[in-house]
Amino acid sequence: MKKTHIVILVCIAASIMVLLSFMGDLSTYETLASARQKEGKTVTVIAQLDKSYPKPIEYDPLKNPNLTQFYVVDSLGNKAMVRYYFEKPMDMEKSDRIVLKGKMKNDVFEITDKAGILIKCPSKYKDDPKAASNNLSQN
Amino acid sequence: MNYIGEHLLPGQIGHFLLVLSLVASLVASLAYFFSANAKQPADADSWKRIARISFLVDAFSVFAIFGLIYYIISNHYFEYSYAWTHSDKSLLPKYLLSSIWEGQEGSFLLWAFWHAVLGMVLMRTSKKWEAPVMAVISFAQLCLATMILGVYVFDLKIGNNPFILIRESGIMSPENAPAFYNNGVLRSDYLQAIYSRGGQGLNQLLQNYWMVIHPPVLFLGFASTIVPFSYAIAGLWKKDYGGWSKQLLPWALFSGAIFGLGIMMGAKWAYESLNFEGYWAWDPVENASLVPWLVMVAGLHTHVIFNSTGYSLRTTYLFYILSFLLVLYSTYLTRSGDLQDTSVHAFVTSGMNWQLRIFVFVFLLPSLILFIARYKKIPHIAKEENSWSREFWMFIGSLVLFLSSLAIIIPTSFPLINKIFGTNLVIGEDQEFAYNRVQIFVAIIIGILTAIGQYLKYKNTVKSTFFKKIGWPTIIALAISLSVSLFGNIDYNKYGIGYLVAIHLAIFASLYAMAANSSYIWIGLNGKLKAAGASVAHFGFTMFLLGALISSSKKEVLSINTINPLNFGPDQKQKGEENLTMFQGVQIDMGKFWATYVKDSSTEGGKNMYFHIQMQRKDGKENFLLTPDLIKNSKGQEGYSANPDAKHYLLKDIFSYISYADKMAEGEDTAQYRNSTMQIKDTTFYSSGYIVLDTVLLNPPNRRIKFTSEDTAVMATLRVVSLNGGKSVTMQPYLLVQDNQIKHVPDTLIAQGLALRLSRILSEEKSFEIGVKESSRMTPFVALKVLEFPFINLVWLGVLFMITGFVMSIVRRAKLAKS
Repeated sequence: MKKTHIVILVCIAASIMVLLSFMGDLSTYETLASARQKEGKTVTVIAQLDKSYPKPIEYDPLKNPNLTQFYVVDSLGNKAMVRYYFEKPMDMEKSDRIVLKGKMKNDVFEITDKAGILIKCPSKYKDDPKAASNNLSQN
Repeated sequence: MNYIGEHLLPGQIGHFLLVLSLVASLVASLAYFFSANAKQPADADSWKRIARISFLVDAFSVFAIFGLIYYIISNHYFEYSYAWTHSDKSLLPKYLLSSIWEGQEGSFLLWAFWHAVLGMVLMRTSKKWEAPVMAVISFAQLCLATMILGVYVFDLKIGNNPFILIRESGIMSPENAPAFYNNGVLRSDYLQAIYSRGGQGLNQLLQNYWMVIHPPVLFLGFASTIVPFSYAIAGLWKKDYGGWSKQLLPWALFSGAIFGLGIMMGAKWAYESLNFEGYWAWDPVENASLVPWLVMVAGLHTHVIFNSTGYSLRTTYLFYILSFLLVLYSTYLTRSGDLQDTSVHAFVTSGMNWQLRIFVFVFLLPSLILFIARYKKIPHIAKEENSWSREFWMFIGSLVLFLSSLAIIIPTSFPLINKIFGTNLVIGEDQEFAYNRVQIFVAIIIGILTAIGQYLKYKNTVKSTFFKKIGWPTIIALAISLSVSLFGNIDYNKYGIGYLVAIHLAIFASLYAMAANSSYIWIGLNGKLKAAGASVAHFGFTMFLLGALISSSKKEVLSINTINPLNFGPDQKQKGEENLTMFQGVQIDMGKFWATYVKDSSTEGGKNMYFHIQMQRKDGKENFLLTPDLIKNSKGQEGYSANPDAKHYLLKDIFSYISYADKMAEGEDTAQYRNSTMQIKDTTFYSSGYIVLDTVLLNPPNRRIKFTSEDTAVMATLRVVSLNGGKSVTMQPYLLVQDNQIKHVPDTLIAQGLALRLSRILSEEKSFEIGVKESSRMTPFVALKVLEFPFINLVWLGVLFMITGFVMSIVRRAKLAKS
């Protein structure tokens, strides 16, 4: 057997191992309804704040600075409460989309990793037409 | 129609230059192409002359466009959409440049700028390779020129023009800004209002000195990958497969150096100004620039092998071509908007996706087809490398780097893969670990290969000398790493014992490489520093690895919350405890420290709010101030962004940022003033006592607040008596008439959460309306996080060593190429 073949074989073996290890870290995009059915499994849900609540985000650092609870609704209209064990992300109120990574547990979506939440604001790297028009109409 | 006050000339020149650069780069690519293919030397020369002039015209246009945009932004010509969207009058001059690269147009321009500079250097230095190499670069310039063209062909928009006026851009459509229209026609004096308000400003997070310098360096890195790519294409095209080896080597080294530096400058920016608690988060945007760098470094190593032994030329071709293609791919990934759901800082789509796709394919297809077609003709040595040779293990190392880059780019591309194949792949909640658990093994292998690599000789190594020479470095590294493992308290157990063992192995591997490479300068090179570039670069790179390993695995949260912990049971200790709430003036226990939130201060206009956190070591040995701040969001957005502050030591950083401050919610205070009408000596009650109105004075002499002789001030003096014991306190709210406007200046008693206001004077009844407000909001507080990063300086210092090593190699290889 030639050395090149050994090298190739080792590479293939390593790649398969990497692939398998990634499989363990993979999750799937779910809706809140299908996340409920997969209780306890890490899933990714794209949702937005449920504005039907007068206060969709509850964060009271006087009581606990490490607990943010908020209500979300997904594109199919399913609703859920989310519990995030970290400080409230700064721009959360004005987000138009939130990507959540966590587990459904007792009907509450729990996020235990700080990076398990991704806030998408209309403004971040693009010029928000709404903000632009606000700025202009204030004249 | 003429509009008052518009400066149209720079825009008109700009439009002309955009078209000129497009035409000039088109002529340059064609002329260089014909020159490269010309049969007669005389033809080649005359084509080359045309090509050179055209390229210089293109370079001039690009520089001038850049200058014009800077001119427009620095003069605050807000009639130009680019200036209005990306800057405002309050912007410090040093950030005006950042405004240029905040937008996509500006960053394309930056890229074209560096291509122009690199092209002009190559014109002078590349000799017989000039025509084919410059043909490729000119063609890239042509593609970039279309990105900032902003022309409609039928209904298709090609590129975004940076010189577009705000009134042409759609921002000021009648729906968006009705105030500017008279009967549906834009008012001729519209600009007056725009000038008086100023522009949208620069994103507050980009107002940082690293953001002035990181984009140009990174884009020089991006741009530099085209040089090895062009030489590879030129080699395949002219069928002179290895002829460029010596000439190209310094360029490839330059690319590795500057690209690496650019990436790490971005990491430093993230560490200093973002609150994700580190410098690297495996965000797709970060990955997209790391991957081409990894492939470039792999190519660099196979190139060195080829240069010395004749092996590995085919892989060098592959890596150099892929590196540039990956730069194009990463451009697509970060700008197309496809990464929206996985990345914190990808651009949203600019409606140019089809153009970005073409940009990728117009290079990808011809280069790969050419590579495959000529693959068999690329010379290679049939005999296998000796297992005891340097080239064999260097090749393995390059292969590992390449595989590692695949393991990064494939998961990064999941959103795209999902889009194409309809799959549903996404990385779980712990993205960092998903990458780290793979890359830690890459670190171990690369560390060990870097350690032994240089002690091996090309072709064959005498085993006894090898062991004799590498013996001491091995022993030293083993001793150091064993003591680090035994006494360094590296017990990162979040992911179990297997990962912890891997961390220890990786620490050994990086220490081994550091020891072996530093001693190689004496053992292998007899102290000849000129030839030691590789040793220094490897030393730096593995020092960076060591710093990354230690600072991450020993990262410690100091602000552990023991005051209001949530009880989730013994198996979930980690949950919800990283932030501490601190009231102003109240000392709090923070591990080794006593911490006090002393006060806050803000800059003019309230742009930044600084929170002064006094940190006092419990043993009294040290006392310092941390001042993390909140930056008010720009671009017409409400809210704030956290900006961390760190105290730097030689061996660690104490890093902190504000998660919440009650100051952010000012105006949201829901408690209302309860008014009661009082005469002098009347009494009113509040929740914990009573208040007596003692006196009311007109224009009192002792002035707690500032007012001029033209203003009228009325001061009430009230006595507050708490029934919970304690002395009575005097409070003095004001009523101020200033410029015919009534202002209330309340007085607050923080300790009791009480505010008093003189609301109104009822002169007929000789009484006063006193407002009483009670609220928990009276005591300012912050929720903050404090972390300790041990040995983080190894990360930055390692990068500096690596770049130094690269520069040493560039100098040496450039000299060798000339001789």
